[in-house]
Amino acid sequence: MGFFEILADYYQYFLQGTRTTIIVALFTVFFGAILGCFIALMRLSKCKPLQWFSKLYITVIRGTPMLVQLYIVYYQLDFLPYPSGTLFGVDMERAIPCIIALSINSAAYIAEIIRAGIQAVDVGQTEAARSCGMTSSQAMRYIILPQAIKNILPAIGNEFVTMVKETSIVQYLGIADLMYNNGIVVTATYNPLPCYYISALIYLVLNVVLGKGLSIFERRMKKSER
Amino acid sequence: MKDEIMFEVKGLCKDFGELKVLKGINETFYKGDVAAIIGPSGSGKSTFIRCLNLLEQPTSGQIVFEGNEITAKGFDVNLHRQKVGMVFQQFNLFNNLSVLDNVTISLKKVKGTSKEEAEKKAMALLERVGLADKAAAYPSQLSGGQKQRIAIVRALAMEPDVLLFDEPTSALDPEMVGEVLQVISDLAKDGITMVVVTHEMGFAQKVATRVMFMDEGVIAEEGSPADIFEHPQNPRTKEFLSKVINVI
Repeated sequence: MGFFEILADYYQYFLQGTRTTIIVALFTVFFGAILGCFIALMRLSKCKPLQWFSKLYITVIRGTPMLVQLYIVYYQLDFLPYPSGTLFGVDMERAIPCIIALSINSAAYIAEIIRAGIQAVDVGQTEAARSCGMTSSQAMRYIILPQAIKNILPAIGNEFVTMVKETSIVQYLGIADLMYNNGIVVTATYNPLPCYYISALIYLVLNVVLGKGLSIFERRMKKSER
Repeated sequence: MKDEIMFEVKGLCKDFGELKVLKGINETFYKGDVAAIIGPSGSGKSTFIRCLNLLEQPTSGQIVFEGNEITAKGFDVNLHRQKVGMVFQQFNLFNNLSVLDNVTISLKKVKGTSKEEAEKKAMALLERVGLADKAAAYPSQLSGGQKQRIAIVRALAMEPDVLLFDEPTSALDPEMVGEVLQVISDLAKDGITMVVVTHEMGFAQKVATRVMFMDEGVIAEEGSPADIFEHPQNPRTKEFLSKVINVI
């Protein structure tokens, strides 16, 4: 079977897999970004224990493979009563630990990006804001963060794209994402190469769309400055 | 009017780690003063003025502002800073905001002024410094002189009791120094109290009512502009002035 026959006969496998990949990626990016903000704020806070915790967190997560983290989270949290059933066709009992593990991983990288973005804003901006009588959180909200977000958008976009691709490791926990279903089609057709081309194309399309969305957002942020 | 005390500074010291920058400053600023602080680089001028609005936390000593000790524990720093405007060497306009928003944001967010009122006030002030036509522009589109005039307007908008200037013209191209000094001189004529750290000796001589010469973390000499520039007593003051004034 060639590329087009496989596409015609097995497209449903690829579509279902893609749907699962998108859902896992969306949740991961969402929770990873929120968790990453908290870790970054801890890193920048004046409270020493919070600083230490976030430093340790980032060191451990960056220093261990994601696959290992995935298995550790899966087995460590197996006492949690995950809801059974499916969400948009995804088995939640398996997907939730995956989303947790990937979010924890992504948060470490996002935290570093946010921290760098905030620290890249000239300290004079904070001083000027505080000199006008703003509290430190007002200065952060009205002056520093709007400038930091503009700095970090390209790097955050990178991280999102990376996460979409990295979700492919959830197949090791038996989640029927794109790569898992790809494997099924390979076994059924005995012709791996076209299957991998199809999967690669799908990942590419997902990330091109994501990249376009982010660059539109980036342009809109820039426009507010010039 | 001369008698009303604005700032009273007693034994002010500031260390940065091992480095002792301020070594016991005693000084009083009165309402209506236009005080120029001059002195060589590294003498602590900027650190001193930054202590007055607590951008630097003094290591020891006392600063009293309008009867309240601002160095006391639990003092409301944010309230103090509303009454003390600051203009920086590097302008520090908010890069993410338009000129109008730069001027109005603290009015709206800190003082709770309504948008209409804040903008009306901002436009009047911008008019005064000749920059009303730049209200919609962003800082990146302005020249250094324009930025600094906006920064002055931003500080004025809060109606501070005193304005602090930290080398307001040192980062400007020479041809723009005049326009900024003109604005500061006009404010001085209006009787606004100000403390100006400056390297512009002509300005200190003509506009200031008092001149302080700082050296190695203390105020080595102070007096009227005539005292300091025509009859300096301290040998360090003489040496400094001969270096900065008699440059060919």
